Amino acid sequence: MTVVNATSIDEVVDALRRLPQARLLQGGTDVMVEINLNRAGAGDVIALRQVSELRRWYVDEESRTLHLGAGVPYAELERSPLCNLLPALAEAARTVGSPQIRAAGSLGGNLGTCSPAGDGLPVLSAYDAMVHLRNADGSRQMSIHDFMVGVKRNASAADELITGISMQLTRGFQGYAKVGTRNAMVISVASACLVHDSERGSIRVAFGAVAPTIVRARNAEAWLAENVELVGAIDVSGRLAREFGERAATECTPIDDHRSTAAYRRHAVSVLAERLLLRAATPNTTGNRAS
Amino acid sequence: MTSSQDQGNEFYALTVNGMRHQVQDAWVGESLLYVLRERLGLPGTKGACEQGECGSCTVVMDGEAVCACLVMAATAVDADIVTVEGLSTDGEPTDVQRSFVDAGGVQCGFCTPGLIVAVHALLERNSSPSELEIREAISGNICRCTGYGRIFEAVRQARDTRQQGAQ
Repeated sequence: MTVVNATSIDEVVDALRRLPQARLLQGGTDVMVEINLNRAGAGDVIALRQVSELRRWYVDEESRTLHLGAGVPYAELERSPLCNLLPALAEAARTVGSPQIRAAGSLGGNLGTCSPAGDGLPVLSAYDAMVHLRNADGSRQMSIHDFMVGVKRNASAADELITGISMQLTRGFQGYAKVGTRNAMVISVASACLVHDSERGSIRVAFGAVAPTIVRARNAEAWLAENVELVGAIDVSGRLAREFGERAATECTPIDDHRSTAAYRRHAVSVLAERLLLRAATPNTTGNRAS
Repeated sequence: MTSSQDQGNEFYALTVNGMRHQVQDAWVGESLLYVLRERLGLPGTKGACEQGECGSCTVVMDGEAVCACLVMAATAVDADIVTVEGLSTDGEPTDVQRSFVDAGGVQCGFCTPGLIVAVHALLERNSSPSELEIREAISGNICRCTGYGRIFEAVRQARDTRQQGAQ
């Protein structure tokens, strides 16, 4: 076993070219659990801890795009100033594990592992985020929707590093909701993110843990756009919100497993979508308006 | 960039409680938890779940409370690590340790070092945590004896004592 302590993105992609089977280690919340359990199975590791480039973020004011390094820890996402720019992501970050886990874990790890229950992933889907990848030959970016291909499978190549995520900043409510057995240290039974882009007039809703990968409820989004004026403040009735939730839930394909049942998960996402839409429509709720 | 291999003669160094420690002849995949306890003779950090769930192994790394079981020790060569053994500067119990004893927040004691470290990290960041902030800050530290009531009381006492001291 070799452990490479890289200090720059160039060093990481160079090491990946030499050791394409190596595992990338950022916060360790997935990889170290496996290594602790199965020493013998641990292959080569490229550690990203000292790659400070992966922990940077900035806003391109011209395009109102936020570029987030893949290694920015959840602890930073839940604090100011990032929590004001990306409120739904901050809410999702706050539900991840515990403070200890949030100090270590990052969206890069969430994307690399690509679990359907990854807490940050429904938010990235609702943001229509772009995933930035680099290997020794160059860099490319792809839509989050193309990146996530299945249960713990993503579209990156073996020699590629996830360097960051970018998303367009929007005005309007955005919120995240998660169902689990307690408030901390749980893998979600179901989760939902809703983003209202009040300038362009769209509402985007995504669900976690109810299909092999994150689900965007595009039919329900289109139905909503036909029935509600989405530019500026929105006005929805309780009945309409309920129908929106029910329609959105039909786009999920949950399963029965040790954490929950398919029927409960379908019901849960219906309620979460309804609730988030009502929050988006009600001024002065506890919800968040991106600034 | 540095590489470590488990060839037997490789070594790396860690900064723990302000001191530089050489780690030699160790398997490079070892967790910081294992290295602290088994190689550096610092058994205050406890190991239980080894998957980041229980918080018994909480240490402070570069100012943030983390689970030592999820840190690969050979990658932490640049980090400033503080364990429960390094919290006191004068050999006496810290204010947080004393409040845990006074409030009855210690029963079997296994979760205590992790909680003490987590509470120190909380109070360093936020000198006047609310009830919710206290609960959130130690949500990753599992105690199976106390039912948490006296642990919350210990944190409140430590918070209030510090605030009185600051006035």
